[in-house]
Amino acid sequence: MSIKIGHKPYAERIQDGLNNAFMRKAVSSAQGRFRSGRLKAAEELGDWEDWRTLGEEIRSHTMENLDYYLHQLSEQVEKRGGTVFFAETAKEANEYIQEIAKKKQAKKVVKSKSMVTEEIGLNEALEKSGCEVVESDLGEWILQLDEDPPSHIVTPALHKNKEQIRETFMKKKGYTGSDDPVELAAFAREQLRQDFLEADIGVTGCNFAVAESGAITLVTNEGNARMVTSLPDTQISVMGMERIVPTWEDLEVVVSLLTRAAVGQKLTSYITALTGTRLEDEVDGPEDFHLVIVDNGRSKILGTEFQSALHCIRCAACINACPVYRHVGGHSYGSIYPGPIGAVLTPLLDGYDDHKDLPYASTLCAACTEACPVKIPLHEHLIRHREIIVEREKMTTKAEKMMMMGFAKWASTPAAYKLSTKMARTTLKPWTKEEYIEKGPGPMKGWTEQRDFPAPARERFRDWYQKREQRSDQ
Amino acid sequence: MAIHHREAFLDNLAEQLGRSRKRNVEAPHYSVHPQERVFQGATQEELVEKLEEQCKIIHTSFMRTDLERLGDTLRSVLLNYDVTKVVGAGGSRNEATGLTNFYQEIQLEGYDVHIWDEAKGQENVSFAERAGAGIVFSDITLAESGTVTLFNDRYNGRSISLLPETFIAIIPKSTLVPRMTQASQLIHEEEKKGNLVPSCISFVTGPSNSADIEMNLIVGVHGPVKATYIIVDDL
Repeated sequence: MSIKIGHKPYAERIQDGLNNAFMRKAVSSAQGRFRSGRLKAAEELGDWEDWRTLGEEIRSHTMENLDYYLHQLSEQVEKRGGTVFFAETAKEANEYIQEIAKKKQAKKVVKSKSMVTEEIGLNEALEKSGCEVVESDLGEWILQLDEDPPSHIVTPALHKNKEQIRETFMKKKGYTGSDDPVELAAFAREQLRQDFLEADIGVTGCNFAVAESGAITLVTNEGNARMVTSLPDTQISVMGMERIVPTWEDLEVVVSLLTRAAVGQKLTSYITALTGTRLEDEVDGPEDFHLVIVDNGRSKILGTEFQSALHCIRCAACINACPVYRHVGGHSYGSIYPGPIGAVLTPLLDGYDDHKDLPYASTLCAACTEACPVKIPLHEHLIRHREIIVEREKMTTKAEKMMMMGFAKWASTPAAYKLSTKMARTTLKPWTKEEYIEKGPGPMKGWTEQRDFPAPARERFRDWYQKREQRSDQ
Repeated sequence: MAIHHREAFLDNLAEQLGRSRKRNVEAPHYSVHPQERVFQGATQEELVEKLEEQCKIIHTSFMRTDLERLGDTLRSVLLNYDVTKVVGAGGSRNEATGLTNFYQEIQLEGYDVHIWDEAKGQENVSFAERAGAGIVFSDITLAESGTVTLFNDRYNGRSISLLPETFIAIIPKSTLVPRMTQASQLIHEEEKKGNLVPSCISFVTGPSNSADIEMNLIVGVHGPVKATYIIVDDL
């Protein structure tokens, strides 16, 4: 996989999403739960706005001095027996990891959930070198068995129901139990335990690295990341270069924001801070540790007006607040990063060519900006993307350009404007039922497929206003 | 042990930021400090109450005892969980709290007990894999979130609190602090003093769980399925 998922065009992806009734129900109920969890946790904590301010200040200070903190981190990791590899591209990162796998003659690699390894397509790379790769996060494991991409960055299999999951387990793993989630999870526990014990290499992502001590912190609930970093002899952690904080004191602030904003938990079941290799007198943990720091397009965002997009702590609060995501679901974005942050980040990382539609997958209602625990002005970034797409990239279609020219001409010609507002009600009469248009013609079609459109009023605003003025004159 | 491709990578970042490489950065002064206000001035007793409240949310049994009754309390927990194979952390705290005696006693009663011992190597892990319960001491306990902080080391292997189906944490009352803020400050101070940060610090909050299937909370996935905290008042 890479950042881009699937090859269908945007309009088709949106239709698929809109037509997927189960997914839409699942997403709207999940959004409700996530949202109330976040709000409750924020209220309970108190001073939420102060917390957000502090989160923003920490992230912004870190980005401004990123070269310094990455240098410090790498020194500390090396001091603790680890090897650090700076990878400018996905290819460099994958090749380095393939090389380790080859050296170790690794047959089985077990992974905990990581978005950056999805982004660089690490699984495919490792499989090409002959390794079996096992995703161990429950949601990721389901998707891996089903060869399906994630649709949410925190709960990746959100679009699937328990009946579908049961069927996948039956087909791929010979499961014979019911569709009770507890039984399904117990089956995963039993199946994956063996994989943890047998694996030669454990691969993790990184929620936050701590520059001052060289720790890699993983924020999880299932315990799989602890397995991945306790049992195999070799551990490889892959981090996007911006996923770092200066000190432990900063770490606890961003972790507190992350767990509350993501799922409404005060802390998740496991916050695991791993530093280098196991010590000489220790029994479990890796004897060989590699940290791969990935750029893959991120540095192009530094120093630009979009820099704050790198402040993202991957909590998905914006995704859970977005009314557009609610209706079209994660796969419609065609990116492993969906929702508002995905619409901001994907074109920055992977260019406008494949993702020029994403900044338009927003109503600009700003619910995302309000939800963001580190105050990224997401909707403002989306507007700026649109400006760039139109003005700099000149990516508007011919039809749209002509339409806009027509609109400009029409709206600036008083006679044309007057005539059409007068005619609107009569013209639309054949489609009007009880003051509503249910199946509109031409450009109204898309709108009225989803909802009714109110018929133009009997009286034009201008006429009404004129009459009112006359009345008040009298 | 090495660092690959660092200089070009970081030079590029500095260039993007429109300046030369930073060789020194002064610690920033942030404008707000909300983290210090949480449970500010709370007594140890109040923190115990907060912890007990939080245990209900994190699906964890809460028990309170003192040193004298610690063995009996542990025995009742093991009985309740119906486990006979127990792995415990090693180290001097076992002697100091009378756990060494306790482990010997239950062994005579037919329990299969293994105390983590670096000299036994992988045997520790394979025993933990088959054990029904893992017993550890909390190093720092966070009242707000109901979290036990484990400095995993030669005595407290990572597997003890991870592989068995049940997780039992002995919490000295004196280890209670309001929240992660205080634990982080302590680790930060240790780091500044030049002391080695443990290779693994686990902040553990109750049993493992997942909401990956239809957003239903499933308690017990890869890590422990059940958890008990035992507060020891006079420790």
